[in-house]
Amino acid sequence: MSDPSTASIVSTPRIEEPAQTGAPANAGLPESDRRNKPRGLLGDAWRDLRRKPLFWISATFILIFLVMAAFPQLFTSGDAVNGALSRSRVEPSADAWFGYDVQGRDVYARVIYGARASIVVAVISVIGTLLIGGTMGIIAGYRGGWVDALLSRIADVFFGLPFVLGAIVILTTFNGSGTSNSEWKIMGLVIMSLVVLSWPVVMRLMRSSVLATKEADYIVAARALGAGTGRIVLKHLLPNCLAPLLVYGTIMVGSFIGAEATLSFLGVGLKSPVVSWGIMISEAQNYIRVSPFLLFFPALFLVVAVLSFVMLGEAVREALDPKLR
Amino acid sequence: MSDILVSEQSAPGAGSGRPAGRLLEVEDLRVEFRTRDGVAKVINGVTYHVDAGETLAVLGESGSGKSVTAQTIMGILDTPPGFVTGGQVRFHGKDMLKMSGEERRRIRGEGIAMIFQDSLSALNPVFTVGFQVAEQFRIRRGLSRSDAKKRAIEMLDQVKIPNAKGRYSNYPHQFSGGMRQRAMIAMSLALDPEVLIADEPTTALDVTVQAQIMDLLGELQRERQMGMILITHDLGVVADVADRIAVMYAGRIVEEADVYELYGKPGHPYTLGLLNSIPRMDEKGQELRTIKGLPPNLMNIPPGCPFNPRCPMAQPVCREKVPPLLQIGASRASACHFAEELVSRD
Repeated sequence: MSDPSTASIVSTPRIEEPAQTGAPANAGLPESDRRNKPRGLLGDAWRDLRRKPLFWISATFILIFLVMAAFPQLFTSGDAVNGALSRSRVEPSADAWFGYDVQGRDVYARVIYGARASIVVAVISVIGTLLIGGTMGIIAGYRGGWVDALLSRIADVFFGLPFVLGAIVILTTFNGSGTSNSEWKIMGLVIMSLVVLSWPVVMRLMRSSVLATKEADYIVAARALGAGTGRIVLKHLLPNCLAPLLVYGTIMVGSFIGAEATLSFLGVGLKSPVVSWGIMISEAQNYIRVSPFLLFFPALFLVVAVLSFVMLGEAVREALDPKLR
Repeated sequence: MSDILVSEQSAPGAGSGRPAGRLLEVEDLRVEFRTRDGVAKVINGVTYHVDAGETLAVLGESGSGKSVTAQTIMGILDTPPGFVTGGQVRFHGKDMLKMSGEERRRIRGEGIAMIFQDSLSALNPVFTVGFQVAEQFRIRRGLSRSDAKKRAIEMLDQVKIPNAKGRYSNYPHQFSGGMRQRAMIAMSLALDPEVLIADEPTTALDVTVQAQIMDLLGELQRERQMGMILITHDLGVVADVADRIAVMYAGRIVEEADVYELYGKPGHPYTLGLLNSIPRMDEKGQELRTIKGLPPNLMNIPPGCPFNPRCPMAQPVCREKVPPLLQIGASRASACHFAEELVSRD
């Protein structure tokens, strides 16, 4: 256990040992000959990531989910939308691995087709939230003064809106009953409401991170050696403020899939015939006692997807932190 | 070398008599910190200069304004709360305080560079030490990645980091304190600055390493014929390296002199107090001599000489008149009403 990285769940003593023996006294020395090409932060992080099995496991799962979202027909030939009521709540069998739901639709096909809406909504919302919140946080934290005051008050206004209420208002306005928006348009609206209502959290996170990092001597030193503002922000501030953002981002993926389900359940989010894990879970909740498999399979996919993102985030965060390398 | 010293009361036009070609001059600099509790006058007319190839040590207690002067020279003073309210900082004769932000930025690193007290926090923890040195060459000199790496390894070698090539890809936390300070020096010297400001470069290091770093700085300064401003509160550190010493108290220079003269015969009671407070081996077992009292509150500097409440020689005149920094010998100046007496007595 002398290697500090063995303490973390993502690291792998077995694979790392050959490269790390003798560390930390002469860490880097044996490898120096191989390292002829100068590498930046990302290069080193990638080299580190490649050695982590949990990175490969989570990345594989995420890749599978992404392919599933893009090409559901590769995984199933079943019909996710139409069913026969005669097969309502038929238990899993060899023909239909995951059984049939209340409407007699193939649960396996629905879970596969549901990946698209769930993952697209969650991932794009998270990216949007991180971009908007992160940018605002950096600007507010780095500029300070009235810019900070202004942006923080704007964030407070959005922060004050209760999420469900705010989303209902946005979605009933643009996606009320009687509107006939396409699948993609509804997804866009759901994404928009998620981003609009959750960026303040990321902004505050980033702002506090920037405020703490801004005072660091290496930022002052960079300025004293003549680095410009853009360089200081991108090279010195951002990499040092990224870790909390990444962790929060990966956790957000899970909560956004859940939030999308909540909105669907309330009838303002995605609606049939669109399939999503959230819709399936909310449909299944009335039958938990009699047909638990209806809840189990979409929930399983949801959990695996969320877990994969969280693990990936953790692995990336560790790879970006040189002290854990 | 240091024959011209301008007094605090320097009349307008006094600058015309100075020799041309001063590398870096600070003249009558005034800085105040405007805080919620009031205005702290941190620097009250500091004047000093440094020429190519010489080392000026700026000595003083914490809070005397040494570092703020350096920050003002570098243009990294936090505004607010810090505001420059007067004076000039001339680099090659041009007043930097009047330059545009972009002009000043170009001088940083290439003209004037700075090394910091705590080298662990002064290196970016997420990049390798080598990368941070090489970055200077890539961004400011436009070298390719591999050329920059070669130059960076040369630099690390010059600051005597053993196995510079292997250490290139180490992160700051993998370096010891002394090695980090060496890396910081390499980074600061990468662009061959004409003036190096070292802000308490050895304070965070243990005594044996302190000597090594000071030797290294002295050596590099001689080799490159840089002007160096060494900011310290450690009298022991400066003796070997510095050519001249400026002693600061409450935001003023109270004495400036050649090293030997200053150590031999201080021309200001404060300097005398400082020298007396160095622990000595032959006084083992006795109480350390200290300067009684505390430095003045910068929001409320006492009238007259700022040192008068603590001064053993204080006379009524000290409480009324601010003593100007006056020439008292060929190469020294003191801001004390009784400087002549101090120097002439034995």
